[in-house]
Amino acid sequence: MPKEPVAVVGVGQTKHVAARHDVSLAGLVREAAVAALQDAGLTWADIDAVVIGKAPDFFEGVMMPALYLADALGAVGKPMLRVHTAGSVGGSTALVAANLVAARVHRTVLTLAFEKQSESNAMWGLSLPIPFQQPLLAGAGGFFAPHVRAYMRRTGAPDTVGSLVAYKDRRNALKNPYAHIHDTGITLEKVQAAPMLWDPIRYSETCPSSDGACAMILTDRAGADRSPHPPAWVHGGAMRSEPTLFAGKDFVSPQAGKDCAADVYRQAGISDPRREIDAVEMYVPFSWYEPMWLENLGFADEGEGWKLTEAGVTELDGDLPVNPSGGVLSTNPIGASGMIRFAEAALQVRGQAGEHQVEGARRALGHAYGGGAQFFSMWLVGAEPPTG
Amino acid sequence: MRDVAIVAFAQTDHLRRTDELSEVEMLMPVLHQVLDATGLRTSDIGFTCSGSSDYLAGRAFSFTMALDGVGAHPPISESHVEMDGAWALYEAWVKIQTGEADTALVYAYGKSSPGQVRDVLTRQLDPYYTAPLWPDSVALAALQAQALIDAGDTDEAALAAIATRSRTDASDNPHAQLSGAVPAGDYLVQPLRTGDCPPIGDGAAAVILAAGDTARALCARPAWIRGIDHRIEAHGLGVRELTESPSTRLAAERAGVFDRPVDTAELHAPFTSQEVVLRKALGLGDEVTVNPSGGALAANPLMAAGLIRLGEAAARIHRGESDRALAHATSGPCLQQNLVAVLEGESAHA
Repeated sequence: MPKEPVAVVGVGQTKHVAARHDVSLAGLVREAAVAALQDAGLTWADIDAVVIGKAPDFFEGVMMPALYLADALGAVGKPMLRVHTAGSVGGSTALVAANLVAARVHRTVLTLAFEKQSESNAMWGLSLPIPFQQPLLAGAGGFFAPHVRAYMRRTGAPDTVGSLVAYKDRRNALKNPYAHIHDTGITLEKVQAAPMLWDPIRYSETCPSSDGACAMILTDRAGADRSPHPPAWVHGGAMRSEPTLFAGKDFVSPQAGKDCAADVYRQAGISDPRREIDAVEMYVPFSWYEPMWLENLGFADEGEGWKLTEAGVTELDGDLPVNPSGGVLSTNPIGASGMIRFAEAALQVRGQAGEHQVEGARRALGHAYGGGAQFFSMWLVGAEPPTG
Repeated sequence: MRDVAIVAFAQTDHLRRTDELSEVEMLMPVLHQVLDATGLRTSDIGFTCSGSSDYLAGRAFSFTMALDGVGAHPPISESHVEMDGAWALYEAWVKIQTGEADTALVYAYGKSSPGQVRDVLTRQLDPYYTAPLWPDSVALAALQAQALIDAGDTDEAALAAIATRSRTDASDNPHAQLSGAVPAGDYLVQPLRTGDCPPIGDGAAAVILAAGDTARALCARPAWIRGIDHRIEAHGLGVRELTESPSTRLAAERAGVFDRPVDTAELHAPFTSQEVVLRKALGLGDEVTVNPSGGALAANPLMAAGLIRLGEAAARIHRGESDRALAHATSGPCLQQNLVAVLEGESAHA
């Protein structure tokens, strides 16, 4: 029996900010969940199961917070799952929820991801003690900077590309009311003049630390028929993982990312992603990852990704808009960042992305990665139900 | 629903401390055992899912290193729940139900020895109102035990008998941490004595799931998952009736437990008093063999103990010692979250 088609009928986000001192963890997640229910025209009683995700529990200092959050998310008496796949978790969480519907185990599922980074210190949370890891990594930037440098060497990309991405994403964020960073006075010169943090990554090319949550309501075909707003349909979704460190690993373009994209395109019947996909919400925590992932995801040949960025192809009004929402560079509640990518892709094909809507978007890709660029999760959503 | 079975199960010997082993080293033998038992290799597995908790290791992203033990190259389709491995098995079962995988590797591990586990578990309570008071897991279980005694559901002698039965049964379990005649001991937190409480230990487990004919090809007598469901209750102890477990009852109904009698039940009851609650919720009579492995009172490696219940129940079916077994896993303070599965041998299905 073929899988049940899965529809996104509700999307809710909090306004992402540096610190939400006005709400508890429970208050934060409930805000996003209520917004998603309102979008879907549903109530708590319509939800059959809850699937939540976040990045390490160390970020807030609460062990297995799903237990504590069960009440706030209306999960009492229902099944509740907690996914954790590092930075890709927001995407993985949505896929686990989608599978519950696709497998016809449940009909309507609330999925939510969050991070309230102000309650702890992400740098501490990521600084693993000896002997578990070598003490040389200055947070995520310290880990990823050498791989960016390797990309530049390998492709001959000029060192101006990273700032173009940051300038674009931060301008896009001005059109997104939920985005964390709203830098109204941004100029390319200001981006380029920012201090160097981890050469070649400048301060202006890094993601912020945000408090925020994102929720979606996923449902089956019958649920989609009752939706008050146009649904987004899941045409393909996949996860791939590879080890953190091994001799054959290509940190510039990991095999797991390529395989994951290929699986999603196969499911969605996409043979030419550059032509057939209208918008991409890509996990770009450091600006240089846009050209890197353009290649990894098959939008450009190897060594060619930076040329798309430089030519303006990935601008909001370009041929292949990347991160019309402003992306992770503008909003990064870590555990939620992947789900925001998935949710923003859904908003695009539902025509509900507001000022950052890509005109006529019919198919959009949501992408997330995590760990040492080793966990990948992606989905492709469309305005039309999948055929077959 | 597709027919899915547990076709292989392995667990470590559960030990109070394993200072000499990393998590990967602890996991590798059980991963190899289930792969060897089925003849599968990592690249043959359709989906992999694990369960663990960073808080036990005292470091973020603990599971990323554990993944190295799987040998995930070429890259694999894989996920992780920050939950007991029983829920990882559930996620894998759902994945197989979508038709995207025919086999799944599920594993779970927990090392409690690096920290003070009673302190660590306080961190899973409401972070604003409860956790700052540091009520530990034994104290919370004692509240539940006292509520049962006050309700007339049990008494200290009956609880001691549960401990004796479990640890006597564990004498036949080479992996158990505690077995044989274990004295009731002194009060740890009244009314619970040391004998009513689980050992603290390190351990890991792994399971392979397979669908339909694949399962039949991999295992002489697959343990078919006829039903599986899980439910959560409110977190606050003040809004729960601690002598009842409505989430276990509901999960059991959804899993079809009450359709026909079970002959075996592997219950994840780390405290003797919790077996009383679960027996009542599941309607288990004396005719049902409960925790022949010794249960969590004999070995309770956090995050793996629930998956081990599923594995132990399945292993009894594999060996022909059970035709219809119930397996249960729990999470959270005082049985907040519960999973129930029904496993059957082929003959029972016919």
